[in-house]
Amino acid sequence: MQSTLSQPQKAALPTKTETISGSKAVLEALIAEGVKTIFGYPGGAIMPIYDALYDYSDQLEHILVRHEQGGIHAAQGYARTSGDVGVVFATSGPGATNLVTGLADAMIDSTPVVAITGQVFAHLLGTDAFQETDVINITTPVTKWNYQVTDAAEIPAVLAKAFYIARTGRPGPVLIDITKNAQLQLFEYEGYKKCDHIRSYRPKPNVRKEYIEQAAALINEAKQPFVIFGQGVILGKAEKEFIAFIEKAGIPSAWTIMGMSAIPTDHPLGVGMLGMHGNYGPNVLTNECDVLIAVGMRFDDRVTGRLDKYAKQAKVIHLDIDPAEIDKNVKTTVPVWGDCKETLPMLTELIEPKVYPQWLQRFRDYAQQEQEQCIQPELHPTGEVLTMGEVINTLNELTGGDAIIVTDVGQHQMVACRYANYNQTKSNVTSGGLGTMGFALPAAIGAKYGDPKRTVVAVIGDGGFQMTLQELGTIMQFDVDVKILILNNEFLGMVRQWQQLFHDRRYSFVNITSPDFVQVAKGYHIDGNSVRERKDLKEALSTMLNHKGAYLLEVMVGKENNVFPMVPQGCSVAEIRLK
Amino acid sequence: MTKQEFTITVYTENQIGLLNRIAIMFSRRKINVESLNTSPSEVEGIHRFTIVIHETEEVVKKLVRQIEKQVEVLKAYYNNNEELIWQELALYKVSTDEIAEKVKVERLLREYGARAVVIRKDYTVFETTGHREETDKLINVLEPYGLIEFVRSARVAIIKASSGFHEKLREFEAQEPSEEVVENEYLDKQDEVFTM
Repeated sequence: MQSTLSQPQKAALPTKTETISGSKAVLEALIAEGVKTIFGYPGGAIMPIYDALYDYSDQLEHILVRHEQGGIHAAQGYARTSGDVGVVFATSGPGATNLVTGLADAMIDSTPVVAITGQVFAHLLGTDAFQETDVINITTPVTKWNYQVTDAAEIPAVLAKAFYIARTGRPGPVLIDITKNAQLQLFEYEGYKKCDHIRSYRPKPNVRKEYIEQAAALINEAKQPFVIFGQGVILGKAEKEFIAFIEKAGIPSAWTIMGMSAIPTDHPLGVGMLGMHGNYGPNVLTNECDVLIAVGMRFDDRVTGRLDKYAKQAKVIHLDIDPAEIDKNVKTTVPVWGDCKETLPMLTELIEPKVYPQWLQRFRDYAQQEQEQCIQPELHPTGEVLTMGEVINTLNELTGGDAIIVTDVGQHQMVACRYANYNQTKSNVTSGGLGTMGFALPAAIGAKYGDPKRTVVAVIGDGGFQMTLQELGTIMQFDVDVKILILNNEFLGMVRQWQQLFHDRRYSFVNITSPDFVQVAKGYHIDGNSVRERKDLKEALSTMLNHKGAYLLEVMVGKENNVFPMVPQGCSVAEIRLK
Repeated sequence: MTKQEFTITVYTENQIGLLNRIAIMFSRRKINVESLNTSPSEVEGIHRFTIVIHETEEVVKKLVRQIEKQVEVLKAYYNNNEELIWQELALYKVSTDEIAEKVKVERLLREYGARAVVIRKDYTVFETTGHREETDKLINVLEPYGLIEFVRSARVAIIKASSGFHEKLREFEAQEPSEEVVENEYLDKQDEVFTM
């Protein structure tokens, strides 16, 4: 409850109150927080909120998903393309447990989401009541904060806190569990006050000027500096500040999968993607740079490969809003705590304008080798079967890099992230940290609501599509204009690739059979097509993009193609293999 | 780096669920918690956790940062044993007959700093405080005389150099008093509520 003592008491005017239900207070809070779209699924324990929602349909749009996991992934997609908080409703018990995967995904990818779950009556807690489950304790490890409300009077302040925590600092998911009695209870509502401060919570650390100075000095002395950046740039809404920084510094810059699209893919200083299936140059030269400047990224193991052989020669400058990330995986020479929206301009001011033509050329040379050995055969294959790369390449030609690309998880994800072009930020929506198959279809629905003017293409594998294809029902019911591009290799491709390379081709349960996806879509009144020949590809993609409303295009691609380059597990980034 | 005993001190809001949020930090990494104590701190409204684990400093340092990141945690510290004053309390229950007949109780009390808390016809309860080794010693002495029950508390520890943050904490609470805990008021009111 909001402490009254902490608030400076204004003139003792009697506060105007009105008597409302807890449910109504929930919806008033959402409106006050600027929420327009809710993804959700009703059920017994959240019925009072849904009952109240009935009267709010002119202010709050509710998208009825087909499964709560779809609901939370949609909320994530919404958050990722809108830059604001995604909201999901679910009922108690199974409704709430179905959110867990999405919460974990949002937690590891720092996505601001507020999940509101109904709960059984407060007096039934702990009695194994119908659809009772201990949601707070189940979700504690996968939420930035969670709270159970048992009294309606708590609702305004708790929701204000929820939104504040979800969107500030390093964003993340928050879950509020509201017992049914609190939803029904009438209380004296004093209006909604947004939260702008919690005494025990410091969203961003204080910027230490001496570290900025030390970092600038290191950068100014560097001979071969290298910038690697992650989603922090996007979450901090610091794209402009970041570009100003690298352009003045003249430093080659590579993105993590989550940082992708923060700068245009064709930026002259952009040298590609880091990590296991990233580009050749940025991986190899990580182990040759003398100063490594990490911005809003967390040195995930898929980025670093073997840690004891990672950038050992370099002095490391780490800019991050989360102090717990500093020194977590990679030892930092200079830690620059703080929001990069603030720290980057401070750093830019202190650095000297420079260019590193020879150093940049080394990235280009590696790029050339990669082009010849990996990219050319993937994008312009001479064989009969289609490759995933040429599909993405053709898509680029048609969208001009303007589309939002939502990907699922696996080979198609790596190919899409390697080859898709992006002109603007918040264009790549993918499950990076958790690697959640089934993410793309529902996330694409949310992505479309988050940025309705843009084209949204969900690139999905035949395996992942079958995990959440029930959301075709949502697309049908709400006419959501998403383009579904299934890259079907009739395998669980990434696992198959690993089995081929590291398990002697013992293809253990990766051979997956699919239904006729076009017929499935048709069942949902969604138009579609399936192609397997090169001559049909461009036209099929064009038809998909120009189609009014949702469309499903299945492209049959080579069954046993592999994604390269690849840093094999347990190897250093410099040991990246081109084949 | 070698493992050693570290005491983690966490100042928190007094909120339901926070104990779990902190406990899972350790279980997630499969770290055994040697002892855990929660209590009010010297500043009203602010809670204090004292947690003892056996780990390397590197791991402890990262853990403490993760703990401090929790929304309702005000501050977390870790200290090695040299930086602390600490005590544990132990209770020992023995048969009064046995003990009266065979043990020189007076010597026991003097040598081990023990105190008789309760003396009844059938049993006697002794108490000592001290470090683990000290409380262990008395177990060994009493064991041959039929130790009926033994229990030891978690470690409570005072940080030697703590005046600085104590001041800050006080200031903090004075500026902005803590929120009240809202507990479930309905658990015993089943009959009064209609449910479906």
